[in-house]
Amino acid sequence: MEQLVWKTGGWFALATLAFLAMLGAADFGFAVHMAIVCAAALAVAVLTMRRADYEGIARGWLKMPADQGVYDDDPIRWGVIATVFWGLAGLLAGLYIALQLAFPALNLGLEYTSFGRLRPLHTSAVIFAFGGNALIATSFYVVQRTCRARLAFPALARFVFWGYQLFIVLAATGYLLGITEGREYAEPEWYVDLWLTIVWVAYLLVFGGTVLRRREPHIYVANWFYLSFILTIAMLHIVNNLSMPVSWLGSKSYSAFAGVQDALTQWWYGHNAVGFFLTAGFLAMMYYFVPKQAERPVYSYRLSIIHFWSLIFLYIWAGPHHLHYTALPDWAQTFGMVFSIMLWMPSWGGMINGLMTLNGAWDRIRTDPIIRMMVMALAFYGMSTFEGPMMSVKTVNSLSHYTDWTIGHVHSGALGWNGLITFACLYYLTPRLWKRERLYSLRLVNWHFWLATVGIVLYAASMWVAGIMEGLMWREYGADGYLVYAFSEVVKATFPLYLIRAAGGLLYLTGAVIMAWNIGRTIAGSPLREEKPMNDAAYDAAADRPLIAQPA
Amino acid sequence: MADEKRIDAATGTEIKHHEWDGIQELDTPLPRWWLWTFYATILFAIGYMIAYPAWPLIDRATGGVLGWSSRGTLEKELAARERQIAPVRQAIAATPITALPGQRQLMQQAIEGGRAAFRVHCVQCHGSGAAGSKGYPNLNDDDWLWGGDLATIEKTITDGVRNPDHAATRQSQMPAFGKDQLLSAAQVDDVVAHVRVISGQDKASAASRRGATVFADNCAVCHGPAGKGNRTVGAPNLTDAIWLYGGDRETIHETVWNSRHGVMPRWDDKLDKATIRMLAAYVHSLGGGEAAPAARADAGH
Repeated sequence: MEQLVWKTGGWFALATLAFLAMLGAADFGFAVHMAIVCAAALAVAVLTMRRADYEGIARGWLKMPADQGVYDDDPIRWGVIATVFWGLAGLLAGLYIALQLAFPALNLGLEYTSFGRLRPLHTSAVIFAFGGNALIATSFYVVQRTCRARLAFPALARFVFWGYQLFIVLAATGYLLGITEGREYAEPEWYVDLWLTIVWVAYLLVFGGTVLRRREPHIYVANWFYLSFILTIAMLHIVNNLSMPVSWLGSKSYSAFAGVQDALTQWWYGHNAVGFFLTAGFLAMMYYFVPKQAERPVYSYRLSIIHFWSLIFLYIWAGPHHLHYTALPDWAQTFGMVFSIMLWMPSWGGMINGLMTLNGAWDRIRTDPIIRMMVMALAFYGMSTFEGPMMSVKTVNSLSHYTDWTIGHVHSGALGWNGLITFACLYYLTPRLWKRERLYSLRLVNWHFWLATVGIVLYAASMWVAGIMEGLMWREYGADGYLVYAFSEVVKATFPLYLIRAAGGLLYLTGAVIMAWNIGRTIAGSPLREEKPMNDAAYDAAADRPLIAQPA
Repeated sequence: MADEKRIDAATGTEIKHHEWDGIQELDTPLPRWWLWTFYATILFAIGYMIAYPAWPLIDRATGGVLGWSSRGTLEKELAARERQIAPVRQAIAATPITALPGQRQLMQQAIEGGRAAFRVHCVQCHGSGAAGSKGYPNLNDDDWLWGGDLATIEKTITDGVRNPDHAATRQSQMPAFGKDQLLSAAQVDDVVAHVRVISGQDKASAASRRGATVFADNCAVCHGPAGKGNRTVGAPNLTDAIWLYGGDRETIHETVWNSRHGVMPRWDDKLDKATIRMLAAYVHSLGGGEAAPAARADAGH
């Protein structure tokens, strides 16, 4: 009882603090954020006080099976739902801003819906909300299975999930209100950064604690990648966000860095957010789910060691390639370029290990739509990790930089690699987490696969054409020695390509809506869709347990 | 079990002796092509770092054996471009703008150079087709605030319009007749009605007839008794269908009430003489360019 009083009191105290901060706020945005924090803390306080079995109630609503004392899967189930939800939100925002670029009237003349505010909403929603939830959920799933241990610190794991959702809400509402540090992929202000730091340390404790509790002699390669992702993101996040708030009760802060040092810090962060969040983390997903779905051994143990260490050693130096031909000294640009080129093979090591794991099961690409999705994800991974080093070469970069080619490159990685591998993992996880026979429909997975693939092709191809066209038009001199095109003429020429890009995005979003439906039907436990059967990996619920049963 | 080799049937490769949640790993060696390509990229990187600026020292970095630098390259490219266009620019700078039309080839080169410079410096306000928009004059038509001959256009570009802190800039200050209570609200309504009549948009009315008197007392000094405008003070012609801000009743009312003081920057502190001259030639060539006043006077006789 005493403990309950302390817990509830603590949450109430936090709510009161947030309320006072709201009253004394220096600006409107900060007041809104403190109101959100206050409401969240009050909700937790009331839930704690009432002592009901809320996890049980949530299980009933979300039709989740009871905890059988085997693995701690509830936070993973929430994570699957959150990933689908934020994925739809992020893709919708992306489609909207793509249309804004083609039709500026869609800015609606309001600051809240202007491209400048919705663009970070889109990038953060897809990278951190969709990708981040997928990484947290799959890492909790994979680390338990490959360590044969239940999650360490279960309460902390729940805090990680809900704390991360609060981070997303604060970040997203902040962008709409105009609160931003203006640092790419790290736009949230100082207090949201501090909150994420707390959540991230808790995440490290849960993940690391589970690895330490493992009942396996060795740590599986997926967990190396997850751990490198968690540790490096912590380092990048803290250094890049070092800043001084103008007021402890206001949303504005100033960076600890200035000038070209600031630019380099930002791209050291930005590039390694791609490297360790979107590459290392998602390779971890690939290393567990591809062999499981293919039911084949991993292609090469040696390759996994060599490419892991070379990847994480080389990636961290490649950031300066985002600042070619700027005030950044030439020597630093050289480093950014050569490390990017050396990164090519280490990146491809992951693709080879993923694709060649299908050795002996190539027929599955024909028969199993989930494998098909994984293979396409690896193909796009290979393509964009070749394109990246190529674009880092200065001569190429002088044409491609600041054009839509960069946007196309990012999206062939994000939609092709991160999106497709996440969808495949969600399709793998849902029936297993909800103890269903199999997915509601495998044919719908196949539909999703084709819609997404055609969507990405439209997106990437239109942006290649747009980017190369922009690069050539910007630098075109006439015979008389003068620039030929005005910037506005180049913008006008990209219009049809922007339309094609938006069409690609619409197809991709449609695929994701079909996935949401399919996963929703699976969770609801509706009878399997009547359709011509397709292949899927076998699932043995009895084998999905730690070596020694553990108390819940 | 640890000593016994296990072979994967499908690939004939040895399986490593560990397993996680049913996942095994094959002992496949590194693909040769992968390894050699990796080595090749490392060798390339080392070679590149010798050839180009790379290693940071205490107060500078190694310059590379090729002696290349991005700033050096930029300077070279700019200098080459400069050399290419220098003769034409010098010729244009040395030719008074009134003499340009006499040299057909030089005039054509000036127009082309002006077209390029216009795209960089002018399209932001005047639009890429020079058609202007509300508050920014259309440069394609023959209605000019300050005059449409080459020398006058050059002067406008050189010194700008209402450029602050620049004595030579073009100045005209229409009073804010309503805001500053120079006219009553009723008088403003009347004079607006009169302007609507002289611009041929409305029929004469009691209000417009009252407005004609107001116009004669307050406006005619700059816009002329008939409202045809006066280029020496930049007063627009009010009798045609061309409007800088708009000819509807509300907009004219707003103009009379608050006045408008649109600004165009001076360019002589940003662009060299030849570029300004080329811009003037280009704007003049758009369709509304006028002959020099002297020439026009001759034609009149």
